Amino acid sequence: MGALRLAIRRLLASMPLLFLTSALTFVLVSLVPGDPARTIAGQHSTAEQYRLIRGQLGLDQPLPAQYWHWLTQVFHGDLGSSLFSGEAVTSILQNRLPVSLSLILASTVVSGLAGVALGLLSARRGGVLMKIVDGLAMLGLAAPPFWLALLVIEVFAVTLRWFPVTGYVPLDEDPGGWARSLILPVISIALGAVAIIAKQTRDSVLDTMSKDFIRVMQANGFSPRSILYRHILRNAALPIVTVLGVLMVSLLGAVVFVETVFAMPGVASLTQQATVQHDIPVIQGAVLYITVFVIVVNFVVDLAYVRLDPRVRTS
Amino acid sequence: MKTTPPPTPGRRLLRRPSAVVAVAWLVLLTVATACAPLIAAHGPLDQDLSQVLALPSATHPFGTDSLGRDLLSRLLFGGRPALLAVAEALAAHLAVGVSLGLVAGYRGGWADHLITRIGDLLFALPAIIIVLVVLSVFPGNLHAAMITFGVLGSPGMIRVLRSRTLGIRQEMYVAAARVCGLSDTQILLRHVLPRLTGTVIVQAALFSAVAVIIQAGLGFLGLGAQPPAPSWGGLVADASQVIDRDPWMLVPAGVPLVLTVIALTLLGDAIRDTAVENWSVSKLAGTSAPPPVAEEIAGAAGEAAPGALLSVRDLTIEIDGVPVVQGVSFDVMPGETLGVVGESGCGKSVTALGVLGLVPGNGRITRGRVVFAGADLTASPAELAKVRGSGIAYVSQDPMVALDPTFTVLSQLSEAVRRHERATREQARERVLELLAMVGIPDPPGVAGRYPHQLSGGLAQRVLIALALAGRPRLLIADEPTTALDVSVQKEILTLLHTLQRRTGVAVLIVTHDWGVVATLCHRSLVMYAGQVVEQADVESMFVRPLHPYTAGLLAANPHRAVTGQPLTTIPGTVPSPREWPLGCRFSARCPYAADDCRTAPVALTRPVPSRLTRCLHVEELAGEGARP
Amino acid sequence: MTPRTLLEVDDLTVEYGQGRRGRRGHAPSLRAVDGVSFDVRPGETVGLVGESGSGKSTVARAVLGLTPVTSGRIRFDGTDITHAGRGLRRTLSARLQMVFQDPYSSLNPARTIGQTLAEPLLVHHGHRSARADARVAAMLERVGLPAKAAERYPSQFSGGQRQRIAIARALMTSAELVVCDEPVSALDLSIQAQTLNLLSELQRELSLSYLFIAHDLPVVRYLSHRVVVLYRGGVMETGPVDLVYERPAHPYTRALLAAVPDPDPRIRAGRHDEPVTPQGTSRPTAIGCPFAPRCAHAVELCRKERPRLLPVDGVTGGAAVACHRAAELTSTGNGVASAAGRPGNVHMEET
Repeated sequence: MGALRLAIRRLLASMPLLFLTSALTFVLVSLVPGDPARTIAGQHSTAEQYRLIRGQLGLDQPLPAQYWHWLTQVFHGDLGSSLFSGEAVTSILQNRLPVSLSLILASTVVSGLAGVALGLLSARRGGVLMKIVDGLAMLGLAAPPFWLALLVIEVFAVTLRWFPVTGYVPLDEDPGGWARSLILPVISIALGAVAIIAKQTRDSVLDTMSKDFIRVMQANGFSPRSILYRHILRNAALPIVTVLGVLMVSLLGAVVFVETVFAMPGVASLTQQATVQHDIPVIQGAVLYITVFVIVVNFVVDLAYVRLDPRVRTS
Repeated sequence: MKTTPPPTPGRRLLRRPSAVVAVAWLVLLTVATACAPLIAAHGPLDQDLSQVLALPSATHPFGTDSLGRDLLSRLLFGGRPALLAVAEALAAHLAVGVSLGLVAGYRGGWADHLITRIGDLLFALPAIIIVLVVLSVFPGNLHAAMITFGVLGSPGMIRVLRSRTLGIRQEMYVAAARVCGLSDTQILLRHVLPRLTGTVIVQAALFSAVAVIIQAGLGFLGLGAQPPAPSWGGLVADASQVIDRDPWMLVPAGVPLVLTVIALTLLGDAIRDTAVENWSVSKLAGTSAPPPVAEEIAGAAGEAAPGALLSVRDLTIEIDGVPVVQGVSFDVMPGETLGVVGESGCGKSVTALGVLGLVPGNGRITRGRVVFAGADLTASPAELAKVRGSGIAYVSQDPMVALDPTFTVLSQLSEAVRRHERATREQARERVLELLAMVGIPDPPGVAGRYPHQLSGGLAQRVLIALALAGRPRLLIADEPTTALDVSVQKEILTLLHTLQRRTGVAVLIVTHDWGVVATLCHRSLVMYAGQVVEQADVESMFVRPLHPYTAGLLAANPHRAVTGQPLTTIPGTVPSPREWPLGCRFSARCPYAADDCRTAPVALTRPVPSRLTRCLHVEELAGEGARP
Repeated sequence: MTPRTLLEVDDLTVEYGQGRRGRRGHAPSLRAVDGVSFDVRPGETVGLVGESGSGKSTVARAVLGLTPVTSGRIRFDGTDITHAGRGLRRTLSARLQMVFQDPYSSLNPARTIGQTLAEPLLVHHGHRSARADARVAAMLERVGLPAKAAERYPSQFSGGQRQRIAIARALMTSAELVVCDEPVSALDLSIQAQTLNLLSELQRELSLSYLFIAHDLPVVRYLSHRVVVLYRGGVMETGPVDLVYERPAHPYTRALLAAVPDPDPRIRAGRHDEPVTPQGTSRPTAIGCPFAPRCAHAVELCRKERPRLLPVDGVTGGAAVACHRAAELTSTGNGVASAAGRPGNVHMEET
């Protein structure tokens, strides 16, 4: 069974990505005018104190050596500590990871299910529904997530008072509250995504419907239900899965904004705050985590491909 | 042939209302922001503390913010850095994306390898995060951020252009240009680039739409222009601060943004659609009324022949309101093979599919009846559904795309088996192996476990025939079943069909353009021309003495009968398209016997000889001349 | 003694693959053409027949420099063009031209017919000129299209008309050899006959040579003087067309000819059911005859040693066959060589 091996080979092939992003961040960060040591030491420090801190941070070493140092530490599970709070980067990220993951996974599930259902419906019914999907897709793509989030807050939280305005409730504290706290952010993120998935589903379903083998099945009396759900959907699934994978990664962008608007303590908003504060170790840690996330998503997409397409499996 | 050259792409684009609206909005936006100092009545920083959070009024058309600043003015002045940022991102995007995509697609080899690899890596990078990192390095530097974003977004462009270029490079006309001695630069300039412009513009429009959102987002996060300088994203951020007091402000802050993105998306869609119709045959304006059809003689359009298994009467099929098959009638007797012959565009395949109620695209049966074993299929969808597969089965032209690529042979065949008879999984498997053996597959269990892409063309066609036989049909409709196959495989399949027919007594309706196939397999044959039956006869008589000039011409044009050194007999001209069908005989324009009477009125099918039909007024002349055997 | 040869292909081998296809893994290189030799004389048509995978189109592409040659030699009018560079190809293009199979892909849809036809002139005579326009018009009329067709786009023409345009393009310069790769296989029967007639007329008028590639045996017979039968990249048999068609010496040629359905229903009377097993899927051995797995006459020798292309005994006209058992298999039918030709077919080189 070469399927899993193939997927794992793809996984290994994406490892350079980890080095690429971390090295890229490292080089970029080294360009930062000003210097974290100066920031930490404060304005009234002596030259001696400053040099000491530089030494502690390894900033007196050449860049490749610094990178190597950072890398070896990473392998020991040490991402350094925040220049501001002094807290270990790993623990900061560990605390914030569930928030971002909840958002992304919930948005993906919602947009996947709703998108496929809507796309399928519009492929079969055509006409008005098709136009509605098109219009929604257009709006969903056009409305910036941060603006959409504000709109949703205004309607559902401020005016109707159905949901909390902001904040995040951890799942293990109160599952109900967790779900309630996610609803508005997920709506803001998923609206565009639903539209994209619906459009992709419709296009690939229509494309598959025009294939010869579907006509052969219809002509030879296969049941319409089986043709649609077994054969068309299975064949149309490949491009949908691809789009879903790309979407999960690009949802990160929306998550940055939505976490900020809803004041949710996630990894994405952390990155944004660290950007403002020039908290380099935190940025590097967050980028590393996010890259791992991207690699995992790609791996899952590869696995789905192997599962769905025998041509990938057997060639 | 049309006489007017197609209009320029730009003009065609502006025929689309959505494109006009989109272009108008973008032009308006650009002009308005460029002329902001002239248009805006207030400066973007002018505060008017008596007019805080005002709703729209004559002095402030969009209202004011929490410092009493005019929102319209802030929007217009904020548009300048926004458009500039988008332009920067787009420039970087195009520079990297177009050059690398072109090189990868055209050069191929290691360059393609490398670029694809880099593209994959870039594609996997979370662009927004990297942009944030860049902004932490160059605080407030929107230029650096947007250029980075343009580069990080380029893999999409690279991928699309690479595959387009690759496709174009493999087009025969590029090979032809190379054979003509054109250099790479000449080929790129004359043949590749012009065909890519549409794609590039579409991609650029879509990317710009994303860039608009991103630049606004950065402004929203406070990473772009620093307050109090106006920016689009900053406006939304301001609005978020006062959301509980002044929800109105969300509208002027967000709506122009949304409209701009929509305009760019619409423009991209419109350009794509125009590019598709660009050089394709444009439909002639208006639908001409379908030409009238002559009254057929009794029997041709009358009652079904006694004992007929399938009886088609007066079948008319329209696609997009244009008839492509008109008044077709024929019978298939149990166990016989009927060949439907003609050139492409004559309606053979549409007729065959029409029998099964499956008309391609937007087509539908507008008149006529299809009666199978006494049941009227055109009247009852339920009957039709029951007959498909179990009464009438279907084999299509290209076996390599006729099976679902995601299921094994066994899985597809057992689905067919279990659809037609009650069977356990194990029983179905037994039946599948039996079917595969029946179509002469040497290793049924081995083939059953394979996926369609693991089969050769001949093997796939056998599997397809097995699938068709799963419901023990009494009629098999085969649409050019051997056209896509090699000669020797073709012979195997013809022999197989012949043998199956002898063994199971199944009747066959075979659509073909190959006289060899007709002669080998068929008892009777039907010649179609421009959507009508023009001749029908038993095969021996038709080959010896065709009774329609088209049949005679088609038989004579067959190179099999050619004598080296002597010119082949040809039929001048081409088959008219459904929109060009004349009132009179549809073959008259190509016919050596055509006279005035042929052109004035529709010609009916007649029966000059018992059990033969022809749609020709001048059978006597044709017969008198005698056709070569 | 030997007449001048225009094109000489000697022991041509073309291999594909080596990691070009998939991104990972190194596919073993595929030998598409394996030691093929033949020649084309002025005014002559040589037919290249074979099924898919026989390498016939690859031979054409190699002759035109569209695919790299692994080994062997190609000469055009005495000049070695095996690895000809751009410059030589450019000069060559005036004399060596091509007509492609697919009339839909061989014309750039975004360029007018006039622009397409002027392209070969552009290379040799610089920019467009009134002379070029006149030549385009003349050529269009020669192939049976109105001169004003030059202003239109390919989408406004039918498949048959496009193929005429493609033929016109090949003849814009003073071509001597035109490689025709399945020029009529995409066309309907009546259009196919028109196109074949046109090719044949043009050959007589302009003393053209054709390298005519097709899978349709009757079409090849109609147009060719000599024929080369290819199977899995190798030449199985070659010789004057009537000889090969009437008295095929190679079992593969015989199988191929027998497979063509005869458009004569009377022949059906003598037909009977044959076993319905498909072609064996076993692969030929690397060292033996490529046809051996499918051959009813194969013996041990056929699987062990690849037969060389040797002249057929007792036949003139350069007939050769690559079969160990050719002599014993044809001996039964020997001595009736006079029955082969029909009048007026071999002597068409009246130019």
